[in-house]
Amino acid sequence: MSYSVKMTVNGKEVTGEVEGRTLLVQFLREHLGLTGTHVGCDTSQCGACTIHMNGRAVKSCALLATHCEGQDILTIEGLADGDTLHPMQEAFREHHALQCGFCTPGMVMSAIGIVDDNPDPSHDEIRHALEGNICRCTGYHNIVLAIEAAAQEMNK
Amino acid sequence: MTGGGDTVDIRGAAHAKVKHDSAVRHVTGKAIYIDDMPNVPGTLEALFVTSPHAHARIISIDGARALAMAGVHAVLTAEDIPGHNDIAPVFSEEPVLASGTAEYVGHPVALVVAETYDMAFAAAKAVRVAYEPLEPVLSIQEALANKHYTFPEQIMERGDPDGAIEGAVNRVSGRVSCGGQDHFYLEGQVALALPGEDNDMLVYSSTQHPSEVQHGVAHVLGIASNQVTVEVRRMGGGFGGKESQPTIIAAAAALAAHKTGRPAKYRMRRDDDMVVTGKRHDFDFTYEVGFDHDGRIEGIDVVMAMRSGNVADLSSGVLARALCHGDNCYYLPAVRFQGYPCKTNTVSNTAFRGFRGPQGMFVIEVVLEHIARELGKPVEDIRSVNYYGTDDRNTTPYGQTIKDNIIAELTESLKNAIDYDRRVGEVERFNAHQTSLKKGIALMPVKFGVSFNTPLLNQAGALVHVFTDGSVHLNHGGTEMGQGLFTKVAQVVATVFQIDIDNIKISSTRTDKVPNTSATAASSGSDLNGMAALNAAETIKDRMAGVAADHFEVAANEIEFRQNRVYAGNESLSFAALAQMTWAARESLSSTGYYKTPEINWDAKTLTGNPFYYFTYGACVSEVVIDTLTGESRVLRADILQDCGKSLNPSVDYGQIEGAFVQGMGWLTSEELVWDDGGRLLTHGPSTYKIPGSRDVPPELNIHILEDAPNRVPTIFRSKAVGEPPLMLALAVYLAIRDAVGRLGGGRLMPVLNAPATPEAILTAVDDIRRRAEAGAK
Ligand code: FES
Ligand code: FES
Repeated sequence: MSYSVKMTVNGKEVTGEVEGRTLLVQFLREHLGLTGTHVGCDTSQCGACTIHMNGRAVKSCALLATHCEGQDILTIEGLADGDTLHPMQEAFREHHALQCGFCTPGMVMSAIGIVDDNPDPSHDEIRHALEGNICRCTGYHNIVLAIEAAAQEMNK
Repeated sequence: MTGGGDTVDIRGAAHAKVKHDSAVRHVTGKAIYIDDMPNVPGTLEALFVTSPHAHARIISIDGARALAMAGVHAVLTAEDIPGHNDIAPVFSEEPVLASGTAEYVGHPVALVVAETYDMAFAAAKAVRVAYEPLEPVLSIQEALANKHYTFPEQIMERGDPDGAIEGAVNRVSGRVSCGGQDHFYLEGQVALALPGEDNDMLVYSSTQHPSEVQHGVAHVLGIASNQVTVEVRRMGGGFGGKESQPTIIAAAAALAAHKTGRPAKYRMRRDDDMVVTGKRHDFDFTYEVGFDHDGRIEGIDVVMAMRSGNVADLSSGVLARALCHGDNCYYLPAVRFQGYPCKTNTVSNTAFRGFRGPQGMFVIEVVLEHIARELGKPVEDIRSVNYYGTDDRNTTPYGQTIKDNIIAELTESLKNAIDYDRRVGEVERFNAHQTSLKKGIALMPVKFGVSFNTPLLNQAGALVHVFTDGSVHLNHGGTEMGQGLFTKVAQVVATVFQIDIDNIKISSTRTDKVPNTSATAASSGSDLNGMAALNAAETIKDRMAGVAADHFEVAANEIEFRQNRVYAGNESLSFAALAQMTWAARESLSSTGYYKTPEINWDAKTLTGNPFYYFTYGACVSEVVIDTLTGESRVLRADILQDCGKSLNPSVDYGQIEGAFVQGMGWLTSEELVWDDGGRLLTHGPSTYKIPGSRDVPPELNIHILEDAPNRVPTIFRSKAVGEPPLMLALAVYLAIRDAVGRLGGGRLMPVLNAPATPEAILTAVDDIRRRAEAGAK
């Protein structure tokens, strides 16, 4: 059985026909072609699929598309303002906070959520809040530095 | 060539801290991985049906019910393979789809092809496979006892170890083991196959080894290599797990595409990926060593029994590398390393960062600790007397003379920098005042041989075009998995032409551009491909210089490429103008490049030779604390000093050092693969398999790259490889945990602690050593 869903994604209203079991991440990737949101584990553990729903960082593999009816979704593609990167994106680039880049979109989305909750996080608080995002390439060090730097920028 | 990277007046020259070429695409989500490619209409999804038995005869496979389901296009078995059902990278008889017998839980026995993944998933459950279960061999020890191997054992021997051990004043023996490790690349295995005319096949594969995927697909489809093209722009991590393993997935996708005539994709889900594809080899070691009163080793005999899994895969090279790193930094005058590739009914183990160098070093470090405890001396003293010399005591067990040894100086300078002796004192004071928490500290020196152990693999090709607008297209046989290889090679080309790196377009790795390549592995990516690209760029540069010389009417050696321009004395042209002029002069602006590592050789029969072009060195000191009530451990601080030669890109190298160290830490502490009695992997997802998270890494991790240490041999701009060596630095963490446990026993008792040192293992070791200490036993 299929359902129609309507939601706002990156500021635009979108509609689609989905199955009851369709996950938000599938809707984003397969229906809308927003492939910047990655699937790393399929089981809600890795954080690669993190997006924002109504301003909160959530894992899009843990939500059904139908649950997002009428909600406001922001993905990695909606973050930059044209060619101007969001401060968090800029900080990840600047601080070499990425290697293979597969975790990066989810990291960036989670990181913004961290700073939204806590505008001036310590390293320890960042590490704590980042636990739901796995990176296999780095040792998180530059990611922590990037988030710290971006927090300062975002507070300006 | 060797001084070439010193000019810094262009953007992105060699040795500069250039950002990853895809950084902006990564932070904006625009970097395309294979699963992100826009779907060609009609693309089907493939999915394996796998064996639930560790060992079973396959009596029949009935796909009728599955085939009748909506959206199902094919159910394929070994019999449907038009070519050879064999994708062995080194030996033979390693099938894509099991035929006759299934040899591990997860062994692919059939392939379902359907419109969607969900349809394939439902259909896979409807495929009826009748099995006759057979007795499996599940443990290393069982295989070892029955001499059940995937290929013949390898024995590396020098001198008379038995006599030396016998004649030594001190002797100890023991056993220890280390676990395997799942790669857990964040992007799982994936391939997309697009059928073309005349049975041609274009395959996008997340692979470190496009040529091997090409050969595997051609072999399976029964077509020539020239009909198969394999492309990969980037991987979401590889770590060795995408060296031989992607061939299975790519061959499945290609088979599905070939049979249905439609594009087919196989993205393996995480749980399947962890069950179906190979991992780091786990090892059981036993050792016997004889030594003098100073702890100087006189003779040593080590049995290294590794779990090869159900087939050989890359295990022969893996085992050779383990044997070649069983010495680590120590001179072993009389030695026998016995390597046994145990065949078990578990998934075939495969390449993983370090390629068993880590396991080789693991055991020798435990041996050194054992000697120290036996003599009641600090292990650092034992290390010092056993380090390779520079002029004597400098040949390895396989006969290579070490010419670049700096390990003694390097470890001294690290110890001085962090005030090692004071830190040891602090650990002792802490432990004296704490009852349940105990600290430990340890140093780990690393010497790692660079080059593939198999000399013929040490070759690479590149392809460079300069266009008439002065822009450059760069291609080479190396693959990008996040390690920054593409950036480094682009730096090399920028440096040769003396143009900003922004003018260089880095392109996907494709088998039709640079053929017959080796895997991007063995840390050799930039050594090999950097040199090949240098060769191609210099060829073009020479031609351009000739044209410029004619134009300015000077000798070619008076032409200088500098700051995006080309000079003859005070006169100059832009690089782009010269490119245009070169074209007009009818000189080619395109060239291939090629490189083969000099001076290396290896006799696989006698296990002797000079397999490594050079060695790279590093050291790490780690301080840990364990909770003796729960067994939990934490790394409080780690300090690393790593030799990168004259680093091509210090930022990238830092990232490699940090990432490798943390990955090694995971292997030795939290990443535990658990199989049940039936050979089923129980830890097949991140909920049960724990890779290091943001809070598991040391809060204080100080990484330094050794300064003023250009490679003594002429590698690309005198840099050194860095992908794997720092992984072994994490042994410092394991040794520090052993140190903490050992302190509970007064120092003279050996902790009984295998890796991974999980809380459970630590707690058991703590209880055990306390019991023995109380009993006054040894
Ligand atoms: S894919 Fe959603 S958390 Fe891993
Ligand atoms: S950069 Fe590869 S997983 Fe984070």
